[in-house]
Amino acid sequence: MKSHKITGQDFLKESGRQSSSIQLKNGSRVGVVGGGPAGSFFSYFLLGLSDRVDLKLDIDIYEPKDFSKSGPQGCNKCGGIISETLVQHLAAEGINLPASIVQRGIDSYVMHTDVGSARIETPLHEKRIGAVYRGCGPRGTEIGRWDSFDGYLLKKAIEKGAHIIKSRVDSITFIDDFPQLVYNHPEASKQTYDLVVIAHGINTSSLPNLDKIISGYRAPGHSKTFIKEYHLGSEIIEQYLGSSMHVFLLKLPRLEFAAIIPKGDFVTVCILGENIDKDLVSHFMQSPEVKSCFPPNFALDGGSCQCWPSINTRGSQRPFCDRVVFIGDSSYSRLYKDGIGAAFITAKAAANTAILQGIATEDFKRSYWPVCKRIDSDNQFGKILFLITKLFQNLRFTRRAILKTIITEQRKPQGRKIMSTVLWDLFSGSSSYREIFLNTLRLSFMGRFAWNSAVSLINISKEGNKGE
Amino acid sequence: MDNTSLGKIYKDGEIIIRQGEFGECMYVIQSGMVQVITHRLEGKEVLIAELGEGDFFGEMALFEKEARSATVRAKGEVSLITIDKKTLLRRIQQDPSLAFRIVEKMSARIRKLDEKYSRVTANDRRNWDSRPRRWISPTPGLK
Ligand SMILES: Cc1cc2nc3c(=O)[nH]c(=O)nc-3n(C[C@H](O)[C@H](O)[C@H](O)COP(=O)(O)OP(=O)(O)OC[C@H]3O[C@@H](n4cnc5c(N)ncnc54)[C@H](O)[C@@H]3O)c2cc1C
Repeated sequence: MKSHKITGQDFLKESGRQSSSIQLKNGSRVGVVGGGPAGSFFSYFLLGLSDRVDLKLDIDIYEPKDFSKSGPQGCNKCGGIISETLVQHLAAEGINLPASIVQRGIDSYVMHTDVGSARIETPLHEKRIGAVYRGCGPRGTEIGRWDSFDGYLLKKAIEKGAHIIKSRVDSITFIDDFPQLVYNHPEASKQTYDLVVIAHGINTSSLPNLDKIISGYRAPGHSKTFIKEYHLGSEIIEQYLGSSMHVFLLKLPRLEFAAIIPKGDFVTVCILGENIDKDLVSHFMQSPEVKSCFPPNFALDGGSCQCWPSINTRGSQRPFCDRVVFIGDSSYSRLYKDGIGAAFITAKAAANTAILQGIATEDFKRSYWPVCKRIDSDNQFGKILFLITKLFQNLRFTRRAILKTIITEQRKPQGRKIMSTVLWDLFSGSSSYREIFLNTLRLSFMGRFAWNSAVSLINISKEGNKGE
Repeated sequence: MDNTSLGKIYKDGEIIIRQGEFGECMYVIQSGMVQVITHRLEGKEVLIAELGEGDFFGEMALFEKEARSATVRAKGEVSLITIDKKTLLRRIQQDPSLAFRIVEKMSARIRKLDEKYSRVTANDRRNWDSRPRRWISPTPGLK
């Protein structure tokens, strides 16, 4: 009997891919603008999947930063928390984060309020959250001791076959329906591609005229944040912060989320909210709850490095057209959490679409857009959750009630710990906002919290504190 | 445990999963080695495989509701990341390609078992044929 070998490309023709008018072929060229997590994940998965279907592609990643440098030259400005979910997804994909990248494994959260602190342990007593540096660390980091997270991902993409062009892309145009990248390099300053992937994030001046070139495109919304790095040395960090991430429920206007993240020899202070400014930063840093995380008389106005990066707070409009797709922060991200996890999701969805469906507008609309919309609708639940948290943050008796509920739950060796789970998921980005929201609607949760709130309210009025 | 390691450390000889028990997660080896063993009815241990960095085990529990088919024990100190069933299945539902690697590994294991099985049956046949005639009986043990 005559046998017929079915190749990967036959399979794609047989499957839904023929419906696309534009497809990647053997030898197609792909240009990726930005070698942050989104750009590297995209290249890694595109090359992995194309290999499975016997498609030979040529990928260039444009990235001007040198991730082996410490300080701003190699840094992509972020808290550097690799969420519990992302650590698991990466492990399942065969990407294990080596010890040279993980500056500290995080196994708990300590929540600080003006009425006390409480520790929430990881449900499995396992370090599944990684604290990393995106570059090689703040100014003054001992070079060679640690590796950069972004550098590691970029290396993974290069190992799969991507080429790196150490240059910034200045603009994008279309030549005969093909996207062309113009970049700052003396030899070859223009390259035409079959597909261009925009992964330059939001902490850069956007490529000019994107909205004119790509019909219906609108850049993502963003908000200013604050990051500061302090050198404490590993022993002091162990003593004052341990392997816990420290989060703060403080009554400060415009503050959405603030954390102190222990790393190797440094700690990262991260403040997110509505247009964070110097005033808010100074109020936060001077609060006794923050000071208690540092040795007495530590000069908090010093520090090794600081920056005011932007965070994605609203997805972009129509982040694709024929032969162009936006991923990571340039398209959609999770609200205030797990931005690298969102970069992983959008990058992989775009790579899957390009190989399994096609690279026409219709393909991205059918396969990629629903993934962006899912992130967006989940963020709506996130907004409600942050609103509720803010409300609770502003009332002393609810702050007390939250703390009391956590302390009671954490003392229990077994059983359901709903408040702890809700806060763990909210701080760590381990679950979708929708799931966290639904968890808060549980009757037992509401009942216990209402009871603790009533007790706190009575206690406060007994103490004669009518300030709030 | 070292501050920079992710996952959980198991000491030499520590049992990670036990044959016959039910599980809700799979494990990915961050560093070190594990031994996969089964226990025969007569209590004898059979070493099925040794797995190292990057390998995973316990994945069958994610796809079927059967008890663990083997015991896995740390060989030296080993560091593992636990992957929850719910986290993984939810992600696979949104992105089925996440299962590629797991299916690929499972298929490689089936291929290895097939090879082992055909080697064993070929040996059995050879032993059978080379036995003296008087041993051969259509229903062994019934003579
Ligand atoms: C204060 C703060 C704290 C955060 N904390 C966390 C956290 O703890 N965990 C988490 O998961 N997320 C966190 N995030 C979000 C996270 O930083 C982003 O979601 C993530 O970096 C997005 O990745 P990306 O690859 O899309 O973009 P980026 O990381 O911004 O990478 C873009 C890359 O493109 C390059 N580039 C820019 N312009 C050009 C150009 N014209 N040509 C070529 N290359 C270019 C840049 O050099 C850069 O390397 C935080 C964000 C902020 C602001």
